[in-house]
Amino acid sequence: MKTSNKLFEPALVQTALKQSFIKLDPRVMVRNPVMFTVEIGTLIMAFVTIYSFTHTDQGSPLYNFLIFLILLLTVLFANFAEAIAEARGKAQADSLRKTREETPAKVLLSNGTIEIRSSNLLKKGDVFVCEAGDTIPTDGEIIEGIATIDESAITGESAPVIRESGGDKSSVTGGTKVLSDQIKVQVSTQPGESFLDKMIALVEGASRQKTPNEIALTILLASFTLVFIIVCITLKPFADYANTPITIAALISLFVCLIPTTIGGLLSAIGIAGMDRALRANVITKSGKAVETAGDIDVLLLDKTGTITIGNRKATNFYPTAGVSLKNFTDACVLSSLADETPEGKSIVELAVIQDNHILSDAPEGAKFIKFTAETRSSGIDTPDGKRIRKGAFDSIRNIVLMAGNPFPMDIEAQVKVIASNGGTPLVVALNEKAFGVIELQDIIKPGISERFERLRKMGVKTVMVTGDNPLTAKFIAEKAGVDDFIAEAKPEDKMNYIKEEQALGKLVAMMGDGTNDAPALAQADVGVAMNSGTQAAKEAGNMVDLDNDPTKLIEIVEIGKQLLITRGTLTTFSIANDVAKYFAIVPALFIASIPALSHLNIMGLHSPESAILSAVIFNAIIIPFLIPLALKGVAYKPIGASALLRRNLFIYGLGGVIAPFIGIKLIDLFVGLFV
Amino acid sequence: MNTELPGIIATYLLTLVIAIPLGKYLAKVFAGEQVWTDFLKPIESGIFKLSGINPKEEMNWKQHMKALLSINMVWLVYGFFVLIYQDKLPLNPDGNPGMAPDLSFNTIISFVVNCNLQHYSGESGVSYLTQHFVLMFLQFVSCATGIAAAVVLFKAFRDKTSAKLGNFWDFFVKSITRLLLPLSLVIALILAFNGTPTSYEGKDQFISVQGDTVNVSRGPAAGFIAIKHLGTNGGGWFGVNSAHPLENPSYLTAMVELIAQVIIPIAMVIAFGYFIRRKKLAWMIFGVMTIGMLLLMIPTLISELGGSPAIEKMGISQATGAMEGKEMRFGPALSAYWSTVTTIISTGSVNSMHDSTMPLTGLWQLLGMMINSFYGGCGVGILNYFIYLIIAVFISGLMVGRTPEFLGHKVEAREIKIAALVTLLSPFLILSGTAIASYVFTNNGEAAWAVQPQNWLNNPGFHGFSEMLYEMTSSNANNGSGFEGLGDNNVFWNVATGFVLILGRFLPIIAPIAIAGLLGAKKYIPESAGTLKTDTVTFSLMTFVVILVLNALSYFPALALGPLAEYFTMLK
Repeated sequence: MKTSNKLFEPALVQTALKQSFIKLDPRVMVRNPVMFTVEIGTLIMAFVTIYSFTHTDQGSPLYNFLIFLILLLTVLFANFAEAIAEARGKAQADSLRKTREETPAKVLLSNGTIEIRSSNLLKKGDVFVCEAGDTIPTDGEIIEGIATIDESAITGESAPVIRESGGDKSSVTGGTKVLSDQIKVQVSTQPGESFLDKMIALVEGASRQKTPNEIALTILLASFTLVFIIVCITLKPFADYANTPITIAALISLFVCLIPTTIGGLLSAIGIAGMDRALRANVITKSGKAVETAGDIDVLLLDKTGTITIGNRKATNFYPTAGVSLKNFTDACVLSSLADETPEGKSIVELAVIQDNHILSDAPEGAKFIKFTAETRSSGIDTPDGKRIRKGAFDSIRNIVLMAGNPFPMDIEAQVKVIASNGGTPLVVALNEKAFGVIELQDIIKPGISERFERLRKMGVKTVMVTGDNPLTAKFIAEKAGVDDFIAEAKPEDKMNYIKEEQALGKLVAMMGDGTNDAPALAQADVGVAMNSGTQAAKEAGNMVDLDNDPTKLIEIVEIGKQLLITRGTLTTFSIANDVAKYFAIVPALFIASIPALSHLNIMGLHSPESAILSAVIFNAIIIPFLIPLALKGVAYKPIGASALLRRNLFIYGLGGVIAPFIGIKLIDLFVGLFV
Repeated sequence: MNTELPGIIATYLLTLVIAIPLGKYLAKVFAGEQVWTDFLKPIESGIFKLSGINPKEEMNWKQHMKALLSINMVWLVYGFFVLIYQDKLPLNPDGNPGMAPDLSFNTIISFVVNCNLQHYSGESGVSYLTQHFVLMFLQFVSCATGIAAAVVLFKAFRDKTSAKLGNFWDFFVKSITRLLLPLSLVIALILAFNGTPTSYEGKDQFISVQGDTVNVSRGPAAGFIAIKHLGTNGGGWFGVNSAHPLENPSYLTAMVELIAQVIIPIAMVIAFGYFIRRKKLAWMIFGVMTIGMLLLMIPTLISELGGSPAIEKMGISQATGAMEGKEMRFGPALSAYWSTVTTIISTGSVNSMHDSTMPLTGLWQLLGMMINSFYGGCGVGILNYFIYLIIAVFISGLMVGRTPEFLGHKVEAREIKIAALVTLLSPFLILSGTAIASYVFTNNGEAAWAVQPQNWLNNPGFHGFSEMLYEMTSSNANNGSGFEGLGDNNVFWNVATGFVLILGRFLPIIAPIAIAGLLGAKKYIPESAGTLKTDTVTFSLMTFVVILVLNALSYFPALALGPLAEYFTMLK
C-alpha cells in the first residue's frame, strides 16, 4: 500500500479547513475544556468590539477587533490541528477500505446455486466462492480448499502466500486477490464492523474515547486553566485598588495567553496521529488505549521462528562417521529426504546440491517412504534394493541402532554434543540400523536483530523468546540473538502461564500470535498483536492486527506508544514554559500607565502596551500551527535511559519553551510596532 | 556585623546536627522498631487503655482521615467556648476579658490548624488558662496531627502494596510522647534559665528611672515558647512574639528558637527516606528544599544587610543594614535568616517586624509561604511537597514515554485529579481572599466594623496591597506571621481568614493522604530501565522547576502589584 508521507496534502488541508469551522460548534468544543474557554473569550471580544464602536472606555474598535480576530484564529488553528490529524488518519484508512469496495461476490446459496452479489451486501455467515483471478470481496475464513493469494494490496509484499482451510492460515482479507485454485470462504464480520471500519471510527472522533493518560492530562490542563481564570478575575479588584483601569481585551488576552492553549489545541491531534502512525506501520489498532499501553510494555514475547531467526532451521553440514565417505553419506541423506516435505528435509537436499554438487535423481521405483511420527521421532526411506535409511533425533536413532545389536560410534556421539552446544540441531542418520553420520541443522539469526533487542533493553523492555526447541538449543540462540529470557519446548499454555506470571509481578506484557491456540494468550496479554494471516479467533482476541504479518512489528509499536506520550509531555512542558515570557509581555503592559515603575518588568523592551498584548496573543496563536508538524510526526524517542531522556526533553522543551517566546514576541512586536 | 554571617551558618549547621539523627530516630519510632525511648511505652499503653483504643488496629486512608478530622473538630468546639468564657474561668490574674465570637472563631481555628495567626495580643487578650490549656495544648496536638498524617503517607510507600496504613492514634500519641514532650522540656528549660518567665503570677510592676510606673506582663511562658517553635506553631505568648525581650531574651535563645523550629521539618524528610528504605530519595528531597531555602534566604540577606535605598538616597550611611523593625540584640542577618525560616516553614513567629523589611524581602517571604514546602511545617511540609512531586512525576513520566509512576505505583487520572485540585486551592484562597479584601477596601471603606476598611492599612498603596496579600497568604499557608501594618481584628479579617485557615489546612492534608492511599493500594510495578527514577538529580531539578513555575505563574500579577511595584517605585 502506498500513501503519501507529506504532512499537508492539499486535498486533506481543504477538508481540514472546512472541518475547523464546523468544529466551532460549542457542543463539540466543550470536549476540550482549554479551547472551549478560548472560544468563550472570542465571543466576549466580539461583543466588546461592537460595544467599542459607541463607547470609548474599552479601547479602539480596531484594537478590539484585532484581538477578536486573533483569538478566533487561535481556536481555528487548534481545530485545524485536530481536523488535519483526522483527515490524514481517515485518508489512510480509506485507501485501505477502497480496495474492497464494490467487489462482486459469488455467494453460495444454501441450495447450492451461486448468486452474484455486491460485497457491501455480504452478511456474517454468508459463504462465497473465489477462483483464480477473483478479488476477495470481504474478510473471511476459508472453510474449504487451498489457494495462493496475492496480498500486496494490503501488505505491499509481492510474494504470494498460501491460505488453506483449517489450521492457522485460514483467514483471508478483503481486497486481496486469489492467484490459483478455488476456495470457499465464510464471511467473518458484519458489514461496517471489520477492524478497518472500527479503526476509521476511532480516528473520526465520534467513537474516539480518550485514553487514561489523555484524561489525566486533560484534568491537569483544566486545573491550570482554572488557576488562570482565578488569576485573571482577581486582577480586576487588584487593579481597582491600584487605580488602574484594565480593559476587557487586556484581561482576556492575558487569560488566553496564560492557559495552556498550545497543548490544549494539539492534544487530540497528538492522539489521533499516534493511531495514524500505527496505521502507517500497517498495524490496525482496536483502541487508542492499546497504542498508549504499548509504550508501557515491560515484557515482549516473541516467537523464535520468523522473528529472531529467518524462517526454519537449515542443514549446514554433513558429518559422516569414521569409515564412511562424505559422498556416500550425502547420497543417503538426500535419498531419505527426497519425499520429506518439511523445511528441514528440503534444506538437506538443497545443501547437498550446493555443497557437494549432488545430482538429483528421482527416488527409485517402489521405494517406501516412512513418515515422521511423534512416536518414532524419525523418518526415512526403504528402497527396493534393501536399504533402510532413517534419520531423526539422536536418542531415537540410537535406540534403533542399539536394538539391532549394533554399537553406537563414539565419534557420532561426540559430534552430536558439539552441534547441540553450538545451538544447532543434530539429525542422526542410520543405514540398515547402523549409525552412518550426523546432519547439522542450524538456525540463522536475522541480521540486525540483536541491535533491536539492545534498543529494547535500553527502553526497559525485556525480550522473551518462545521456541519449541530444547533448552540447550534455545539457550544458545537466546544468547546469540541477545534476548533476555526464553521459553523452551513451549506449548501454547506455557505462553499463557508466562504472561500471567509476569503480570502478577505488575508487568505489562505484549505478544504476537497467529494461531487459534494463541488466542487465549493474546487476550491475556496487555498488548496482543494478531497477524492478519492468522485465524479469526486470534484476531478477535488481540487488540491490534498487523497487516504485514511481521513479527518484529512489536518493536515499532512500542516506540509509537512511547512517542505518543512523549509528544504530549513535551508539548505540555513547552506550553507552560511559554507563560513566563507572556507574563513579562502582558503584566507590565497592563499597569505601566498608572505604575510607571513597573516598566522595569518590560525586559523585552516592547513598543507599547497595545503592541505588547497583540504580540503576545499573536505568538500564542501562531505557535499552534508551527507545532502541528511536530504533533503529527511525534517527538522522536531516543532509547538513552529515562533520566537522560528527561534531561534532554527538559532542556529542549522546557528551557526552549522559556526562551522561544521571548524571541518570538519581541520579533512580532518589532513588526506590530510599525503600525500601532 | 562580621560575626553575623558565621552566626547564622553555625545555627543552620547545629540544626542539621540535631535534625538528621532525629530523623533516623523518628523512622524507627514509627516503624515500631526498638529505640531508647521505649521506656515510655507504659505511659502510651495507659493512654490507649484509658481511651479504649487498640493501637494495633490497622486503618486505611479514609479511616485515618476520619479519625484526624473528628478529633480536630472536638478541639475546635472545646477551645471556642473556653476563649469566649475565659473571663469567668480561673487562672486569669490580669482580669482579661472574654473574646468576641468572631475573634474567638479566628483564634481557635488558627491554633487548631497549627497556624497561630493572632489577631489578639497575648498580654491583654487571653488568660493563663487559655494560654496553657487551649493554646499550648493545641500547639502540641496540632503539630502531632501533622506528623501523624505524614507518617500515614510514609506508610503507604513502605511496603510494595498496602491498603492498611497503621493506626492514626498510635502515630499521634507517639509524636507527642516520643518527640514533642521530651524536646519541649529541654528547650523550655534553656529558655527559662535565660530569662523567659515561668510564673503563674500576674503583671509585675516597677518604677522606671524617670519615675513612671511600668506594668510588665509575664506568665508561665517558657514551655509555651518551646512548643511554639518546635511544633512550627509560631503563636507568641506576648503580642510582639519573639521580638519581645522576655520571649526571646538573647542571641543564644534566638539560636535555640531558630534551631527548634527547623529540626522537625528536616527530620521528617530524613525519616521518610529511612522509613520507606529509600534514603537517596530523602536526600534528594532535602536537597531541593535546601536549595529552595537558600534561593530565598540569600537575596533576603542581601537586601536586609544592604539597607534601604530610600535612606541611602538621603545620603545616610547604613553600616548596620536595614534596622527598622529589628532588635539590636539580633541584628539584620539573624533577623533575615529568621524571616526566611519562619516563612518557608509554617512557623510564623517573628523576631523582627516583617512589615518593616525591604520590599524585596517581603517578596521572598510571600513566595516562601506560597510554596510552603521548602521544609514546610511539621509533617505538612512533606505532604505539600508530595503534591508538587506527583505533578512532576506525571509531566516527566509523559516526557520519557511511560505512564507515570511513583515508587512503583502508577499515577493515573484519579490521583492527578486530587493533586490538581489542591494545586488549585492555594491560588484560589490567596487570590480571591485578597481580591475580596481589595474590593471591600476600595468600594466599601465606610463599613461599620471594629476597624473601618478604609483604615485597615497603615500604608495604603503598594505596601498596603502587600499587607493584605500577606495576611491571606499567611493564613492559607497556616503560617501565622503578619505584615503587622494591617488592622486585622475585625469581623471581616477574623471570618475571612478563619475560612482560609481551615480550608488551607485540611484539604492539603487529606489530598496527599488520599493520593498516597490510592497509590499504595495499587499493584507494585518493578523498576526497569524505562522507569523514571525519582531519586535522581534530574528528577529533583524537574520537581524544583515545577514548584517554581506553578507558584510564579499563579502569583506573578499579585506580586507585581505588591512588593515588585513597591521596590521599583522605591528605586526611582
